[in-house]
Amino acid sequence: MDLKELTIQKTQTGLKNKSFSSVELVKSSLEQIKKENKDLNAFLTVCEKEALDQAEKIDTKIQRYYKDIKTLFLECPLLGMPVAIKDNFCTKDIKTTAGSKVLADYSPVYDATVVDKIKQAGAIIIGKTNLDAWAHGSSGENSDFGPTKNPFDRNFVPGGSSSGSAVAVASNMVLGAIGTDTGGSIRQPASFCNIVGLKPTYGRVSRYGVIAMASSLDTVGCFGKDVIDTALLLKIMAGHDDYDATTSILSVPDYPEEMKKEIKDLKIGLPKEYFTSGLDKEIKEKIEKVIKNFEKMGAKIIEISLPHTQYALAVYYIIQPSEVSSNLARYDGIRYGFDRSQFGDEAKRRIMLGTFTLSSGYYDAYYLKAMKVRTLIKKDFEEAFKKVDILLTPVSPSLPFKIGEKTQDPLKMYLSDIFTVTANLAGIPGLSLPAGLVDNLPVGFQLLGPQFSEEKLFQAAYQYKQNE
Amino acid sequence: MLKTKKQNSKLSQKEVEHVAKLANLTLNSSDLEKFQKQLSEILNYAEILKEVDIKDVEPTSQVTSLENITHIDKAEVSLTQKETLSGSKNTYNGLFKIKRVLDK
Repeated sequence: MDLKELTIQKTQTGLKNKSFSSVELVKSSLEQIKKENKDLNAFLTVCEKEALDQAEKIDTKIQRYYKDIKTLFLECPLLGMPVAIKDNFCTKDIKTTAGSKVLADYSPVYDATVVDKIKQAGAIIIGKTNLDAWAHGSSGENSDFGPTKNPFDRNFVPGGSSSGSAVAVASNMVLGAIGTDTGGSIRQPASFCNIVGLKPTYGRVSRYGVIAMASSLDTVGCFGKDVIDTALLLKIMAGHDDYDATTSILSVPDYPEEMKKEIKDLKIGLPKEYFTSGLDKEIKEKIEKVIKNFEKMGAKIIEISLPHTQYALAVYYIIQPSEVSSNLARYDGIRYGFDRSQFGDEAKRRIMLGTFTLSSGYYDAYYLKAMKVRTLIKKDFEEAFKKVDILLTPVSPSLPFKIGEKTQDPLKMYLSDIFTVTANLAGIPGLSLPAGLVDNLPVGFQLLGPQFSEEKLFQAAYQYKQNE
Repeated sequence: MLKTKKQNSKLSQKEVEHVAKLANLTLNSSDLEKFQKQLSEILNYAEILKEVDIKDVEPTSQVTSLENITHIDKAEVSLTQKETLSGSKNTYNGLFKIKRVLDK
């Protein structure tokens, strides 16, 4: 058997029909990892024994409750499914490094809320995936444990910071994966690896047990092979959590069901600031094709303006390092981990940048100013969503780039995030979807909606994929 | 796009050294040179914000609109002492062992 042929939905059917067992699924996942991981470097830790033990137990459970198999999968929709977790989520007794040497030997004593929820839903955690250390990066190259490679062309980056999670799904090592998105860290690697990636609304999914990067921007999201798998993963992960005071009490919709409802008179906005000369011509062509398809489906396309877009990246690269410097202050090597000499260059850069912009005499000029411009960026979106239902934009201004191409120039690397940071600043959801290949390298497009409009994004994406 | 002269003026090596000290980071001399250049470039890029009119604009520090979220003030079962110490390389008598903070 080959995970290549499967999605979460198909796997559910397969397990229900006894076409294969959970042990077979896990073995297939582990085989693929053994074959590919040495080169792709998607996983930092593989939980081989635990995963196989778990799969055996699940097969026994399926056998025992086969009479009520439907109920079993309603209660545990991910029963027996191999999934991967980005290595910045705490996993009880499983090494959690955040991609940094500082935490090279750290094993948490508790599970992140999302990890717990995924486990409760029956998923089998195959392992922990590689990332730019502390989730700082847009290419996967900042990992202290070596870069992850793009399965489409191994000389190219897979995007970051959730590099390993995206590659694990794209190279058929797992059926779904969990990641974090602070400035594009799910959407950009999803786009570079030709899969679906969702950054939910800030507060939709609990951040408890996630190694914090920038607390007002951090969101927890997921990768799937298609829209419906991604919607199912969100349904399982979302909801209020007593351990994260920023989570919303709004009820969680049944995304996989709701997304099948037809939306009529969909109004899609194209923010003109995202289609300027900075956008790669070949990407632009792909996105224009996507727009045409939406038009054919009956959607109304409206050009709109988000006038403060050009300031978003500067705002992000002030607010984010400021919060990073505060969050990384706790790593002192006393209670766990190694001391601060183990921080890599990118973490050092962000810690120093943040320490500087928060320091007395500079706070007003940098941090406070950035927070005020953030208000204007957020308002731009609020105004736009009075006119249109959702927005359609590119995910990345360029195609996946070569490994090593931008590592010596941090500012150039930061500019890769130009179309993704805005959603984090405004706290809105963004869904990254495949738009096709250029020279065998994937291109993605992004749907953005108002806060808590994930349902609408899934609906639009699902309809698009039905009509593509 | 960016002028070299302007970049270098953003942060001096001394300032980088000072910031590193505040953040408890140790840098060698080649680090200092590299970070001075890179951090200056980034701060220089942020100059673009000077053009934005922020008169009467409130800052956004969070996007949830939630306020005063509290939980019931009741003790819950927490980690055991053994679990809490399990990640530390230096413990003594069931406590974290740290370097002396105050002089004798």
